[in-house]
Amino acid sequence: MIRLENLTKLYGSFVAVDDISLHVPRGVLYGCLGPNGAGKTTTLRMIAGILRPTQGRVLLGGDDVHTNPLSAKMRLGFIPDRPFVYDKLTGAEFLRFVAGLYGQEGDTVERRVAELLEVFELTSWKDELIEAYSHGMRQKLIISSALIHRPECIVVDEPMVGLDPKAARLLKDIFRQFVERGGTVLMSTHTLEVAEAMCDQIAIIQHGKIVAAGTVSDVRLQHKAGDASLEELFLKLTGGAQVRELVEVLGK
Amino acid sequence: MKQPSLAHVLQPKWRTALQRLREERASGGTGKLVILAIVAGLFWLGVFGILYKILKSLRAVEELGPLIPGKILGLILLSFISILVLSNVITALSSFFLAKDLDLLVSAPVDWLRLYLAKLGETLLHSSWMVALMAVPILAAYGVVFKGGILFAPYAILAIVPMLILPAVVGSALTLILVNIFPARRTRDLLSIIALGAAGGVILLFRVIRPEQLARPEGFRNLLDFVILLRGPTSPFLPSEWASQAIMGFLGNEFDPLPLVLLWSTAAAFVTFGALLHRALYAQGFTKAQEGAERFIRGGLWRWTVGSLLRWLPVAKREFVLKDIKLFFRDTTQWSQLILLAVLVVVYLFNIQALPLHRGEPVGFFYVNLVSFLNLGLAGFVLASIAARFIFPAVSLEGRQMWLLRSSPLDLRALLWSKYWVGTVPLLVLGLLLTGLTNALLEVPAFMMILSLATMAALTLAIGAMALAFGALYPQFETENAAQIPTSFGGLVFMMATIALLAAVLGSLASAVTTYVRAAWEGQAIGVTPAMIGWFILAAALCAAATIVPLRLALRKMESFEF
Repeated sequence: MIRLENLTKLYGSFVAVDDISLHVPRGVLYGCLGPNGAGKTTTLRMIAGILRPTQGRVLLGGDDVHTNPLSAKMRLGFIPDRPFVYDKLTGAEFLRFVAGLYGQEGDTVERRVAELLEVFELTSWKDELIEAYSHGMRQKLIISSALIHRPECIVVDEPMVGLDPKAARLLKDIFRQFVERGGTVLMSTHTLEVAEAMCDQIAIIQHGKIVAAGTVSDVRLQHKAGDASLEELFLKLTGGAQVRELVEVLGK
Repeated sequence: MKQPSLAHVLQPKWRTALQRLREERASGGTGKLVILAIVAGLFWLGVFGILYKILKSLRAVEELGPLIPGKILGLILLSFISILVLSNVITALSSFFLAKDLDLLVSAPVDWLRLYLAKLGETLLHSSWMVALMAVPILAAYGVVFKGGILFAPYAILAIVPMLILPAVVGSALTLILVNIFPARRTRDLLSIIALGAAGGVILLFRVIRPEQLARPEGFRNLLDFVILLRGPTSPFLPSEWASQAIMGFLGNEFDPLPLVLLWSTAAAFVTFGALLHRALYAQGFTKAQEGAERFIRGGLWRWTVGSLLRWLPVAKREFVLKDIKLFFRDTTQWSQLILLAVLVVVYLFNIQALPLHRGEPVGFFYVNLVSFLNLGLAGFVLASIAARFIFPAVSLEGRQMWLLRSSPLDLRALLWSKYWVGTVPLLVLGLLLTGLTNALLEVPAFMMILSLATMAALTLAIGAMALAFGALYPQFETENAAQIPTSFGGLVFMMATIALLAAVLGSLASAVTTYVRAAWEGQAIGVTPAMIGWFILAAALCAAATIVPLRLALRKMESFEF
């Protein structure tokens, strides 16, 4: 469903994403892990068509995001990490606007808007300007907007940031059901417990490169990590020594 | 605990400013700086030149001597103070209550006095720099005409600085009180309406009292009364009067330290009172400022009216247009600019109507046509200024939401199309109204009416396209306030490009109009000659190129945006 081929992104001479190739099949929840600045967000923004790759290409259901953007993007729902939305629209208006961007209107959209607002407990806020929403409510609204046109795949950057435990649990269930019905989710996260509990497969990114990929058991086997937890595995692959040094410094 | 120094508290601000300058220079900003310096230099020279001439001729009037220049300076400084109080009130709202660094400063162990002084300094700098720059050529003209010598420069600074401090303290204090009464976001809405309403009222009043009548000789019938009035201070308790007295005293070689002492002691006293008020009210006001404006919006009206009218459009374009209209009318800082626009139109038509063309004398056919033709340039310039305010920021304002537009299957052409027509249709209506009404007031012949309306329509389409395109070519994604976007470098380039277009189009039409006027004047048969058609085609081609090329460039630029 999502295929990255030799994806590279340079900012001047800085290599943010370095020749990444990845395939996320239909019906899989795929986790992208990595320390801050590893290149996860840049990769996801290239998949969403917001950034242009310096080299390589992104295919969504066979359509190249950059040469055939409209049909590729019709399949996609993107959830960014920073919820910037139009402050002077109401929640319901924003959802209608996003549906319109995907060419959808009418009663079906109205029903879908009501349904999503209900699921995310925003119904009583639907006629309120977004400027009055809290961070978590904005995040819920953006998640609703990514689902409004019934996408085939969802690309999501740090989905749990700002959500209360109830909404976080709801989102996990939604993603699980979405995948079980044949959808595809590619998400980046720092929360290793979430990745371990939810993801079918993971990729660990470090310095713009994939340093490990597969199921958690596959990765353990590849790196001879025995029955180490995902956290231990992550620290081993991304510089756990530094963390230990940090702990020592803070302990002084 | 040892408190951080004031310079330390302000460190992020000046470091950011320095970094921005470095980035500008690194991205080839030297050219920009040169253009800005040239434009600013020309403006300064213009202000200096005009005032120099006026002061020189006034100084030559024996009985009045420096009286009128002193009065003029007092009035200029008084208008500066009024502008400063208003702009400080608005700036203080952002710097004391809405700025992003406040969470950090308020939660840090920084004492109230340092916070007050740091934010007062920031408010003063942001709201006064333009007035301070404007004062330079004005005071320079006074210094040169009255031979103030080299010492006049530091002396003038000494007199002007407290005049900037006082409005900053008063403005900040007013804001502090307002925020304690209303929530900050509501206060901002309220202030922008009051500020623009007041500005509009002043312009209207100034125009309606027709100051040009004062220049008529019959206005000086009672010279003695006039001189007596001039000798008295305009407003003895206002710092502008003290500053004016201090400056004129120095220039007249009658140095009196009292006005300077008054200025500085009042400034010091005001800062002290301002700080005490801050200590008493800031914490409560800051808490109140965190409250959002809670408003329920049904929004059905737009959907049923504009939405129904646009039913024929594809859904993505329709939703986009609806969204842009809603955002405009729900943002007080945006729609309130329409107050100024309405005032501008009234003043514009008032000026045309006040022209002494139809005052009983036989109508000057030549002048009517000349005014009608030149009016195209003036109306074009007015439309360009309006486009700079409303259309130029359109792309920049999408910046933060660009993730949504770029990740959706929305064609960028549709986005550009929506932005173009949402901005250009009202501009077109206004342009045609201004031209049509002006021509009707001038009672121009049908030829000029048709030519003006057609030219104005073509020019407006081009101006709309150029405003949108230059806004895309020089985007300001980080600016949250739409009103600041047109004052950027891109806004300046847009205005310069529009003036060039106006000059080219009017230049190409001038020959055709001259042929027509000459024929009508000499009583010959008036017909459209092949040469005239050639000039019309050239003007139309210029407008078409100025519409299509910028839009294409804008599309290409938008395709390369990365977020």
